[in-house]
Amino acid sequence: MDATEIGLWGVPLAILGGAIRVSTPFIFVSLGEAITERSGRINLGLEGTLVFGAMTAYAVAVMTNSPWLGLLAAAFAGLCFGLFHGWICKFPKVNDIAIGIALMLFGSGLAFFFGKPFIKPKAPNLPAIPFGGWSDIPQVQAALDVNVLFLIGAVLSVILWWAFRNTRAGLIVRVVGDSSDAARAMGLNPDTVRLAATGVGGALAGIGGAYLSLYYPGSWTERISSGQGLMAVALVIFARWNPLGCFAAALLFGGAGALGPALQSVGVTQGYYLFYAAPYILTLIIMIATSSPTRSLAGAPGELSITK
Amino acid sequence: MTDTVTGAGVPALFGARVYPSALEWIARRAEAFVIPLAALIVGMALFSLFIALVGKSPVLLYETMWRGGFGSWFSIQNSLSRAAPLLLSALCVALPARLGLVVIGGEGAIVLGGVAAAAIGVALSGAPSPIVILAMGVAGLAAGGIWIGAVGALRHYRAVNETISSLLMAYIAIALMNQLVEGPLRDPASLNKPSTQPLADIYRIGNIPGMDVHWGLVVGVVACILSWVLIEKTRWGFAARIAGGNVRAAQVQGLAVGPLIVGFTALAGGFAGLAGMLEVAAVQGSANASLAAGYGYTGILVAFLARHNPLAIIPVAILLGGIDASGGLIQRRLDLPDATVLVLQGMIFIVILFSETFYGRFKAFNPDLWKRPDLLKGTA
Repeated sequence: MDATEIGLWGVPLAILGGAIRVSTPFIFVSLGEAITERSGRINLGLEGTLVFGAMTAYAVAVMTNSPWLGLLAAAFAGLCFGLFHGWICKFPKVNDIAIGIALMLFGSGLAFFFGKPFIKPKAPNLPAIPFGGWSDIPQVQAALDVNVLFLIGAVLSVILWWAFRNTRAGLIVRVVGDSSDAARAMGLNPDTVRLAATGVGGALAGIGGAYLSLYYPGSWTERISSGQGLMAVALVIFARWNPLGCFAAALLFGGAGALGPALQSVGVTQGYYLFYAAPYILTLIIMIATSSPTRSLAGAPGELSITK
Repeated sequence: MTDTVTGAGVPALFGARVYPSALEWIARRAEAFVIPLAALIVGMALFSLFIALVGKSPVLLYETMWRGGFGSWFSIQNSLSRAAPLLLSALCVALPARLGLVVIGGEGAIVLGGVAAAAIGVALSGAPSPIVILAMGVAGLAAGGIWIGAVGALRHYRAVNETISSLLMAYIAIALMNQLVEGPLRDPASLNKPSTQPLADIYRIGNIPGMDVHWGLVVGVVACILSWVLIEKTRWGFAARIAGGNVRAAQVQGLAVGPLIVGFTALAGGFAGLAGMLEVAAVQGSANASLAAGYGYTGILVAFLARHNPLAIIPVAILLGGIDASGGLIQRRLDLPDATVLVLQGMIFIVILFSETFYGRFKAFNPDLWKRPDLLKGTA
């Protein structure tokens, strides 16, 4: 096995590489969820959007032979899912959390339904940039093979962080998220703003799904997501609704996800399935550590139903 | 409002010679029955549109679905067998819902209940079968109860959102099962489908006499009836409904909300764990990856369709068990993917949740207007 050549250094290197590879969908879903939650609504359906986005991207990439068209299609599909969630939650007495669960099941069902013929064919992958070219060590090269979407995600989190603080649109989303009444007093329509925020959130989740099927793991199967969309919801809470925090938290989760395979590559196979559960356990621990029964979370949008 | 026949001194709107509370009871029941039924029909209509769009015949689909679900004694028994775990997994959603909690990770409790039952069943082999079956049931209840009870405890004492934590714990439970079934509990004889040691035949749960349906159906129905009694007829159920309406008010009243939440979620998880035990003892004969068959997720839909009423869960679970059971036939006859049933369930789920917005909006369900039809004419 190659990893033994550089000894135990292979482990942190594999975790770093894994963090970069695995974190990208988390970055996109959590940024999307952060926008939606900042507007005062929660969309648990992003899990279904992620799966449907992965299927759409793969199917379109297979048919057109262009991964970029696949990516666009996934973003559009995600936008539709987000807008649907936003529209249906406008009605009185409709619970946004329950609708999210329903859309999670519906999105996965629809993806499995239309994705059946695409389990076999091979789609073209999204390109990666080999930042490790300076090194002769294959592990370093593998770890630093960075997909363009990761870079876009990193830039996007900085832009969003800046936009929330400094732009008119950012202010509008924040006001609507903190108080519907204040927003109405300013002449804003909270439903419209939330509709837009949920739509954008869905589009970003669709892009996260496209990364899954078009780069890593890089094929369409029905087990492609396993809860990443949902972990992103917890991740946004952990990141305190801050886009830069989302980026950092996504890297942390990616690293946790890479722990099992990294240890396996140096021969540690005990407890393989428990290491596979590491991201879920990490999410749960973080949620327990950051929640509090006595005070509301710092930075939480006032209109958000899960923190009320 | 009083139960007595109204007479002098009662507001004119209620008129004479009517029973206001009885009427109101009927109106409320009618609303709670008609709206979900209409939503179900709309959901199925939307699904026929979807099926027509992918180029198949909706008529043929529903005919096949009927035949696969309820068309013959064989298919009815098949549907009832699938309803058994759904009854219990729906309770895992419905009981916490009475406290205002949305618990969606019942799948984790099912999986762990099944593994615990299988482990106990193998460990006690040699003991008399009633004791072993009872011990397996207790193990399933305990494993599921601890798992979802922990979700409730985290919710109350740490304010951790129960929807997300229960689902994360479902993924952890499945990983735990894989680890146990691949490792310490693995039967070396199970080659490409790792399983625990098979249960001896005397420890298996058989069928209800005269039917090809295992006793789990009876267990599920009894659990639903007991849950209904618990919620509607006991002081704990009453306290739970108060806490579900307003936690602060319940605390001001001196109710021990914490134990109430932990107790209800633990019982709910215990039922789901029992579903896992039944899958092992009556269907699979050992614990393996088939335990995560999605009953926990279909149970969410059952509970919401039944509006979290344990008695309503019984017919709804049988209906959805029938839809589940017809999946295979639909796949073969109409050449559709196996996810077709999932799409139908998703559509129905969305329409059902959307229908929440219509409660209290229809004049037809307003008892005041039944008594004074002239008011209706004025606004129509």
